[in-house]
Amino acid sequence: MEAVPERSYLNEPKGWKSWVFTLDHKRIGLMYLFSIMASFLLGGIFALLIRLELLHIGGKHIMGAETYNQVFTLHGAIMIFLFIIPSIPAALGNFVLPQMLGAKDVAFPRLNLASFYIYVFGAFFAVYSMMSNAADTGWTFYTPYSTTTNTAVISMTLGVFILGFSSIFTGLNFIVTVHKLRLPGMTWYKMPLFVWGLYATAIIQVLATPVLGITLILLILERLFGIGIFDPAMGGDPILYQHFFWFYSHPAVYIMILPGMAIISELIPVFAHRKIFGYKAIAYSSLAIAFVSFLVWGHHMFVSGQSQYAAMIFSFLTFVVAIPSGIKVFNWLATLYKGSISFATPMLYAFSFLFLFTIGGLTGMFLGALATDVHLHDTYFVVAHFHYVMMGGTVMAFLGGLHYWWPKMWGRMYNEFWGKVSAVLVFLGFNITFFTQFILGAKGMPRRYYNYLDQYQPLHAYSTYGSWILALGFIIMAVYLIHSIFKGKKASGNPWGGLTLEWTNSSPPPPENFIETPVLKYGPYDYDKLPAEKLNS
Amino acid sequence: MDTTGTLFMPPQHSTFAGQVDSLFYFILYASTVFFAIVVFGMIFFAVRYRRGRKQPVEAGPSHNTALEIIWTIIPTVLVVIVFFWGFKLFLKMNVPPKDAIEIKVTGQKWFWSFDYPNGASTVNELDVPVGKPVKLLMSSRDVIHGFFIPDFRIKMDVVPNRYTITWFEATQTGTFNLFCTQYCGKGHSEMIAKVKVMGEREYEDWLVSGTKAGEGMSLADFGAKLYVSKACATCHNVDGTANVGPSFKGIFEHQVKLSDGSSVMVDENYIRESILDPQAKIVAGYQPVMPTFQGVLNDREVDALTAYIKTLK
Amino acid sequence: MEHTHEHSPHLAHHFSEMEQQHESAKLGMWIFLLTEILLFGGLFTAYAIYRAWHPDMFYNAHKFLNIYLGTLNTVVLITSSLTMALAIRATQMGRKNRTIGFLIFTLLLAGIFLVIKYLEYRHKFEVGQLPGKYYTFTGIEGTNPHIFFSIYFMMTGLHGIHVMAGIGVIGWMLRKTIKNTFSPEYYTPLEMTGLYWHLVDIIWIFLFPLLYLVG
Ligand code: HEA
Ligand code: HEA
Ligand code: HEC
Ligand code: CUA
Ligand SMILES: [Cu+2]
Repeated sequence: MEAVPERSYLNEPKGWKSWVFTLDHKRIGLMYLFSIMASFLLGGIFALLIRLELLHIGGKHIMGAETYNQVFTLHGAIMIFLFIIPSIPAALGNFVLPQMLGAKDVAFPRLNLASFYIYVFGAFFAVYSMMSNAADTGWTFYTPYSTTTNTAVISMTLGVFILGFSSIFTGLNFIVTVHKLRLPGMTWYKMPLFVWGLYATAIIQVLATPVLGITLILLILERLFGIGIFDPAMGGDPILYQHFFWFYSHPAVYIMILPGMAIISELIPVFAHRKIFGYKAIAYSSLAIAFVSFLVWGHHMFVSGQSQYAAMIFSFLTFVVAIPSGIKVFNWLATLYKGSISFATPMLYAFSFLFLFTIGGLTGMFLGALATDVHLHDTYFVVAHFHYVMMGGTVMAFLGGLHYWWPKMWGRMYNEFWGKVSAVLVFLGFNITFFTQFILGAKGMPRRYYNYLDQYQPLHAYSTYGSWILALGFIIMAVYLIHSIFKGKKASGNPWGGLTLEWTNSSPPPPENFIETPVLKYGPYDYDKLPAEKLNS
Repeated sequence: MDTTGTLFMPPQHSTFAGQVDSLFYFILYASTVFFAIVVFGMIFFAVRYRRGRKQPVEAGPSHNTALEIIWTIIPTVLVVIVFFWGFKLFLKMNVPPKDAIEIKVTGQKWFWSFDYPNGASTVNELDVPVGKPVKLLMSSRDVIHGFFIPDFRIKMDVVPNRYTITWFEATQTGTFNLFCTQYCGKGHSEMIAKVKVMGEREYEDWLVSGTKAGEGMSLADFGAKLYVSKACATCHNVDGTANVGPSFKGIFEHQVKLSDGSSVMVDENYIRESILDPQAKIVAGYQPVMPTFQGVLNDREVDALTAYIKTLK
Repeated sequence: MEHTHEHSPHLAHHFSEMEQQHESAKLGMWIFLLTEILLFGGLFTAYAIYRAWHPDMFYNAHKFLNIYLGTLNTVVLITSSLTMALAIRATQMGRKNRTIGFLIFTLLLAGIFLVIKYLEYRHKFEVGQLPGKYYTFTGIEGTNPHIFFSIYFMMTGLHGIHVMAGIGVIGWMLRKTIKNTFSPEYYTPLEMTGLYWHLVDIIWIFLFPLLYLVG
């Protein structure tokens, strides 16, 4: 069974040029992985600075108000545009998707590499903005503030505009790959759910991102030439900007969560050794989420002065999107029933996801309901909501997937003990940091506040302490993961007993993924067809 | 009426606060039930079916139509209830009664000003009577601000070049916080005003005295009061230290350097111009962020502030 | 990688046959065109909203666009779409010289389009019918006529950039044709260029009535 990896994509071909100009989706995936991890670290450092500043009331502990505003803007923009949107699709998806389909590569390898360099180029502008006079608009760039502030808004928005193309190209590539490069015999319903999830994500990436592109172009032109479309002083409408922005950015939150859900749909059956419950329901709910997500953007604008009837429709549709998410959660739960459940690190992250995403999603109900959103809008309740879904949802799933495919990437195992320690620290630290923020927000603490009233002090302090536990968890993780690349135990081709195709090749895989064209022996979750003794091991 | 606040919510001081809280807690309890099902289910299965246990493993079901219908229908029914509830209450919160007192709210970087029906005006203090509906007609002079009174559960963005409306009816006298919730720059977190709810009688008296504020005071004393009440203090100190704007201490009859390199003598006219047309001359080293007080301060008040600045040696 | 059977030299290693490669390219191109439509979609939305708000101003302002030049440009661009299609047809039939001729003709028409556009722009610059705060013209009644010109310049400007990109790509295809890259069996890049060029044409066909024929 054990394929000895004589040839692996890591060392063939050799030389730095073979990396920089590589067309191999696995290498591009790795390069993306390094970039997004660097972004995550940077965004995380900004987050710690935010928390440190908010530890005490009064401001001016480590920075002034202007700097604080720049810091949370950079934190949000980096986390969203440089980290979470590319994280699962471009890093893990790039690495795994073609292997799962039994393909040798994505449909357009050159476009794939281009997308990576476009990402780097876009990141360069964002970093340039950071180095000069960083934008202080919040990641939402609302006009007319963003058109009048004297910070480097143009380089930041231009960076985001460019990053958009990177995202579009990844999405386009995945759609075509899924349609055209599946292994003969792999029908749509034999595709792993990870692929379904990325496919639904790709649709959103392709359809929503261009609108963000044009919006940011309009914003830049507004700043440069005063074209007046969004400028109230010239007869323009700042609310129109918000509609444009959220028309992208709401679907974008599903660009973030769908791939996370897709990873969970892999982890749970594999670590429960159990056929997934409700395959089709999970697959179709991804598509349902993708389509309805285009129709709910106005729920970010319930108190912006839009008409009450528009608000009504947006509120209703917001609740409609919640149903397919619920269906997924229940299907995952049912998959655990009568399984053979392992507590390996990736599964711990899947458990964390279920716990945290459910809180995050359910708090979305408070925000989707009109009367309660009036009170909660732009408070820390919203901040807590979106950290629960983005960090508690997507990032947990990402970390689960990272650990799951880590042996496939490097051919080595990470240290399981430290893996568990850090998973537990991250889980605890996260809850301490952000659960407090639900209470803060409901009590009226507005977001984007550099300073705050006395009454909010204790909860802010707990939140800050939580962020230190969180940071400790991540530092441990960084140490053992990097250590394992060099010193980890050698991993077999299929250390977890997965049935999807990437586990049929060696770890790490050869440059062309499969030495011989793989054969589909089992469906992706056919644990019921395996001999019983295999299930309990 | 709950006036101390609960675990999540601040105290209730308006007529809809209690209604909003009912919905909030309804969603909270329903969510808690679903959360409990998910998390206890997860923990139970994880322990019961952990790997390596003694019982033989069997292949579980991959479908159960009845179950799937149940877990689709129940949440659907629930969200429909929440939707209608939220929408009906929202309409109520958006349609002010006909007989409401109308107060004009102006947001600008970084303070609030309020104009009352009889011509009185205040800065950073909204004075209203208890038990009477109050309609707020709001607009901004620069960027978007957000008008938020947590204890009343109301919030509305304040947008330049158009009016937005909200209303409330306070149920108790007292002083409550008013926050700016829409990010508006450096002073965003300082853009906090007070809502002062008084008895009806008291309010009527206040309105009358509000129009002749400063009577019986020396001009400079009145100016000192305005310095605080009209929000100059958010940006200007009087102790010689710089804030968003320069300190007032000792500027009178001194030369001040402007950003275009020239300098100017601080006299009465310069101060007047600085207040009413602040962008005309920018002090070197500062941003042109001071809002105009044209229309906010009347002549007497400008005189008073000038007199006050003169006293700061 | 060793190949067990003969492959076309144009077949990339990760595809198993030409058909699959061609289909993939086509699907990818259609998706790309979709993103282009959405990119313009934002501007169309802005147009629709401002026109709904200020119908009179739009009507008054549109009279200052040169309808003759606009019509001429429409004809020019439609013709260029035709010559592009003919170039592909010629390649399919293996007639290289005709392909070259049609491509050059397409390039020429695209150039004429830009020249005419330039003449229109120059006139507007001269009289101050410019976007936003650079608008200095005074002869148009209605609120905020500068918004009309903001939208006009953005729409036609973005379209113009697409025409220029098209010229670049068509030029590149011309080079490839001259170097004998294409044959009746393999002409995917040329076909994709054709699709792109038709899109540029179609967008203009929407812009023209929206901007020049308000009524
Ligand atoms: C990964 C990203 C992500 C995801 C998945 C979501 C998911 C959801 N979000 Fe969230 N949201 C954000 C990221 C995300 N959001 C961000 C970044 C912001 C703020 C942006 C900013 O202003 O800076 C925001 C803001 C935001 C607002 C605006 C708040 C405001 O500013 O006033 C609203 C309002 O409706 C909302 C609602 C929802 C809803 C209903 C869901 C639903 O999809 C959730 C569905 C999931 C569940 C419901 C849980 C599982 C289901 C069950 C266990 C079954 C039982 C279910 C029921 C009984 C319903 N979100
Ligand atoms: C993916 C999205 C994401 C993520 C993960 C996070 C993570 C965190 N965020 Fe935030 N956040 C946003 C997106 C995100 N955030 C957005 C969009 C906003 C709104 C901005 C705006 O208003 O415009 C926001 C705003 C925001 C605020 C509100 C600011 C305000 O309104 O004034 C706060 C305050 O506490 C906060 C805190 C944190 C903290 C403590 C973390 C922590 O979880 C961070 C933990 C991470 C680390 C400590 C890094 C450690 C990493 C390493 C050590 C490297 C590891 C390397 C390897 C494993 C190889 N964030
Ligand atoms: C949002 C902040 C802000 C507020 C509120 C504000 N100012 Fe200013 N002010 C500034 C800044 C910044 C400057 C310096 C730049 C300039 O000259 O415009 C300034 C300059 C001045 C000057 C000239 C000072 C000098 O040293 O030459 C005067 C006088 C002044 N302000 C008076 C007032 C008065 C009176 C009020 C209240 C009624 C007030 N300001 C409110 C920000 C503010
Ligand atoms: Cu005004 Cu924030
Ligand atoms: Cu949303």
